[in-house]
Amino acid sequence: MDITFKNVTYIYQPNTPFSHKAIEDLSFQVESGTFMAIIGHTGSGKSTLIQHLNGLSVPTDGEVVIGEYRLSKHDKPRDMKELRSRVGVVFQYPEHQLFEETVAKDIAFGPQNFGVNEAEIGQRIKEIIPAVGLNETVLERSPFDLSGGQMRRVAIAGVLAVKPDVLVLDEPTAGLDPRGQKEIMDMFYKLHKEQGLTTILVTHSMEDALKYADQVLILNKGTKFMEGTPLEVFNEKDALQSVQLDVPEIVQFLNRFEEKFGQTIPFQKQSIKEIAQSIQQIIEGAESR
Amino acid sequence: MSKKLVEFRNVSFRYDEDGPWVLKNCSFEIYENEWVAIIGHNGSGKSTIAKLLNGLLFPQEGEIVIGGQQVNEESIWSIRKEVGMVFQNPDNQFVGATVQDDVAFGMENRGVQRDEMQKRITETLSAVRMQDYRLTEPHRLSGGQKQRVAIASVLAISPKVLILDEATAMLDPSGRKEIMDTVGEIQESSGLSLITITHDLQEVVQADRVIVMNNGNKWREASPREIFLEKDALRTIGLDVPFVAILAEELKHAGVSLKSTPLNQEELLEDLWILHSRT
Repeated sequence: MDITFKNVTYIYQPNTPFSHKAIEDLSFQVESGTFMAIIGHTGSGKSTLIQHLNGLSVPTDGEVVIGEYRLSKHDKPRDMKELRSRVGVVFQYPEHQLFEETVAKDIAFGPQNFGVNEAEIGQRIKEIIPAVGLNETVLERSPFDLSGGQMRRVAIAGVLAVKPDVLVLDEPTAGLDPRGQKEIMDMFYKLHKEQGLTTILVTHSMEDALKYADQVLILNKGTKFMEGTPLEVFNEKDALQSVQLDVPEIVQFLNRFEEKFGQTIPFQKQSIKEIAQSIQQIIEGAESR
Repeated sequence: MSKKLVEFRNVSFRYDEDGPWVLKNCSFEIYENEWVAIIGHNGSGKSTIAKLLNGLLFPQEGEIVIGGQQVNEESIWSIRKEVGMVFQNPDNQFVGATVQDDVAFGMENRGVQRDEMQKRITETLSAVRMQDYRLTEPHRLSGGQKQRVAIASVLAISPKVLILDEATAMLDPSGRKEIMDTVGEIQESSGLSLITITHDLQEVVQADRVIVMNNGNKWREASPREIFLEKDALRTIGLDVPFVAILAEELKHAGVSLKSTPLNQEELLEDLWILHSRT
């Protein structure tokens, strides 16, 4: 589904002394099938933005359009539930939301609420369990007997079981060890490709944005600071530094290399091996002089 | 030779009697004024070590000695004066209504005099650079600031050992940096022993020594530099190798004869610079 934000402003507790503008005049577009990363500091408005994607928040001003659903202060979709069945949100630490007696029941909870029949739910669970890297033996166990990484996979399976078209991920790898982080991100990327999803990833990891995203949106103090492909965005190191965001480590290194050696190795998503070869040529060049 | 402060002697632990061993015959020592990083994947036993260190858990086999005292039911209250701990979630460890109340809490429980308490609040909040927030309510702080206050609260009871159990895992990159910088300064100036538990290899660079845990066993014990050399082995136990170590390896493959194992970008650039300017 295409997603459009048109001049969206969101104010918490408007007309009170606690009034707080979390998003201001924000506009951007995400085409269906895009993998988009949203980056910004704590308090930059990322979480508020996410809440607009499935109607948990409605803009104070401006308009959000998701597929055929339109959200503005004058215009709420008649069927918010339908929108929520099409936009799946994996919140931070989703395992905190597990509650059922068994893994199977927990995964079934979402689709049941959206009126999916039992036979279909059983079928979906069968498909999803291997897709999230779990084994069917966990289905009858209590989710609370599983490890942290497994619990997170169960919670993610619960969101996927609703079969959303848009998948919103709010720091899905926080607190996992490096292997767990990579497995979960690779899993989302595979699902994104195979099922033609539109994926919105909120992350602090420049590395993940570089690796997986087609498009990057950088938020600062509730407004759009920058937008573009990962390459376009991460080559703007001065602009990023002005809002205290780091560039991916590989780009950072190339920048420092340039400062020290006065020679540029442009970053074009090449592998570390290729970068090593470029460095070797520069050093050799000096030796043969 | 500095003094031995913490000793694990053949410690084994499991959560229930027929359950698997979470820690298997684990032995190591930690000295005064030393920074030791304990790393390992989720479930490798590293957090169990932290809980054993201040008597939140007791081992089924082996013994743990801290400052000459064996950790057991009788000694835990005096042990906990020696061992301060900061946990992962910044929102779970606040008890005070303001930052200074929170720092005072631990001291109140230990009957520290009021004058002394005020002095220590000032000292410890300055040490974590939060002196301007004495009267701030905790919910107005960022995650990194909350963790720094948590560190101040622990320092206020002047422990000999400070344990950070994945204290940066829930923070954003700037919060993470705040904590690592703060902790580095404190360790240098106070002579405290520091144990940082993490799965982030970037965070072990500053440590004097690294203990790598894998499936409940002590897998390696060495300097950060030696650990970084074992790239493939680290990957097989689910840990990530820092970018600089990977690049250094690729440079060697490409025929660049680096002398050392660089720990960070500065060292690598310096090495390259020497090679570059030699001719």
